Amino acid sequence: MSKLIAGNILLFPNVNWENMWEATQETLYMSVVALLFTFLFGLLLGLLLFLTDRGNLWENRIIQGVTAAYVNVFRSIPFIILIVLLIPFTRIVVGTMLGPSAALPALIIGAAPFYARMVEIALREIDKGVIEASKSMGASNSQIIFKVLLPESMPALVSGLTVTAIALVSYTAMAGVIGAGGLGDLAYRDGFQRRNTDITLMATLIVLVIVFILQFIGDRLTNRLDKR
Amino acid sequence: MINLSKLSKVFNTKDGKVTAVDNIDLTIDEGEIFGIIGYSGAGKSTLIRLLNMLESPSEGSVTIAGKKMEDLSKRELREARQEIGMIFQHFNLLWSRTVKDNIAFPLEIKGVPKEERDKRVNELIRLVGLEGRGGSYPSQLSGGQKQRVGIARALANNPKVLLCDEATSALDPKTTDSILDLLTDINKNLGLTIVLITHEMHVIRKICHRVAVMEQGRVVEQGNVLDVFKRPKEDMTKEFVKQVTEPEETEETLKDLFGEEGIGHILQLTFVGGDAKKPLINNIVRSFDVTVNILQGKISQTQNGPYGSLFIGVDGEASEINRVKDYIREQQVEVEVIHGE
Repeated sequence: MSKLIAGNILLFPNVNWENMWEATQETLYMSVVALLFTFLFGLLLGLLLFLTDRGNLWENRIIQGVTAAYVNVFRSIPFIILIVLLIPFTRIVVGTMLGPSAALPALIIGAAPFYARMVEIALREIDKGVIEASKSMGASNSQIIFKVLLPESMPALVSGLTVTAIALVSYTAMAGVIGAGGLGDLAYRDGFQRRNTDITLMATLIVLVIVFILQFIGDRLTNRLDKR
Repeated sequence: MINLSKLSKVFNTKDGKVTAVDNIDLTIDEGEIFGIIGYSGAGKSTLIRLLNMLESPSEGSVTIAGKKMEDLSKRELREARQEIGMIFQHFNLLWSRTVKDNIAFPLEIKGVPKEERDKRVNELIRLVGLEGRGGSYPSQLSGGQKQRVGIARALANNPKVLLCDEATSALDPKTTDSILDLLTDINKNLGLTIVLITHEMHVIRKICHRVAVMEQGRVVEQGNVLDVFKRPKEDMTKEFVKQVTEPEETEETLKDLFGEEGIGHILQLTFVGGDAKKPLINNIVRSFDVTVNILQGKISQTQNGPYGSLFIGVDGEASEINRVKDYIREQQVEVEVIHGE
């Protein structure tokens, strides 16, 4: 045990493990909370995109056009610029520009449109015949949404969420710019700027582990849900 | 039971207006199996979707069980649809649900309590012969089993009408027959009115009481299945009848067998109902100075009685052959000269 610790110190002499752990927690906090809201908003936007499209349940050109425009605009803005653009908005919503919570609005607004497109694709994959059959049984629109569209597209929704979660982890690395903390911030300030390569390396390793775990959970869940 | 009056459906497409269903009047009686046959593009898919308002009519009206379908509010329409079951060519099952949950789906829609739902689902599983498969997912079933789930699901809310949209077209002949038998049983035991569309005359022959032939959005001919088989009036109908009697194939084989010259007269006799039992050939050979050569025969059952076709070669004096034809007609048997004058 003492040898292991000694080895760690030899390999990573400049790593302050307390700071590293704190940064990991900040990254996890930002990713998980942002993912939760991204899921909700993305699902809503994705459903809206799908349902208002031509030939679908709530066909509506205006809402479709507005939603699609919103999604395209916010998906195109580079995240690092989005954070800066959203500073005034974040001040109003979160009340501060310090700490990991300050990154949440930008993370959610940046990732939700990304997920919305994946939700839309997932819903498009559903056989139109199944929707027709549900209508023929007298299902209402809300029954079709909750009993048909969402359950039938669940594996694709989950695998899309996995991709989004991993994108979110990498977004959080940029959130350091506005003082949100996290592993990316640590790697940049303590690692790169002070030339402590071992800190950068360690932060990268932890991000990799988080991504692998997310991918693993996502794949397992998708496989279990997929009965096709 | 079902009444269509001056029903039309026009689609606006990029290439202009397309009339899929053109001014159709049709009455379908309670408890009958009514077949609508036509090639793809004839408008039969649109027609069957007009019955439960999956397509809304451009003109005309649809009345089912006394309800004017196009006048119903959204809510009333949903309730009316719960009394009209529908099955599909590609089954359209929810792959994320087990067999049981698929069958329970229409009951959930209607708001039937859980216990009652389970009971009904078990009844239906027995009815369609899927005992022991309740926990399987659709992807684990064969095509025939999937269609059985589709039928059980369509029957869940005790509908008055069952609409079948090419229900057997994706199945092999043997499975098709077993599904058709199931539909016949359901029609007899539950007194259900069944409307089916198909492009296979075999399906019409096997289970339908009455048939309508569709071409370019119109019903060109309709009547009892036997009558239509016996005396098809329109060219389209004749083509479909040929699907089950196959005279073309017969003629081809005969040409091969006898050569172009050696065939002589070939007659196709069509027997319908009780006619099929008469010893017609025996009487011909005894009463006329001709030789008769039986080439091919086929008898099949329809819902209104047996239907048979017989191909015979007749040799003899032309006048004698004409007398034979007259005699056969006197016996209420249809004759058509396939070869010879």
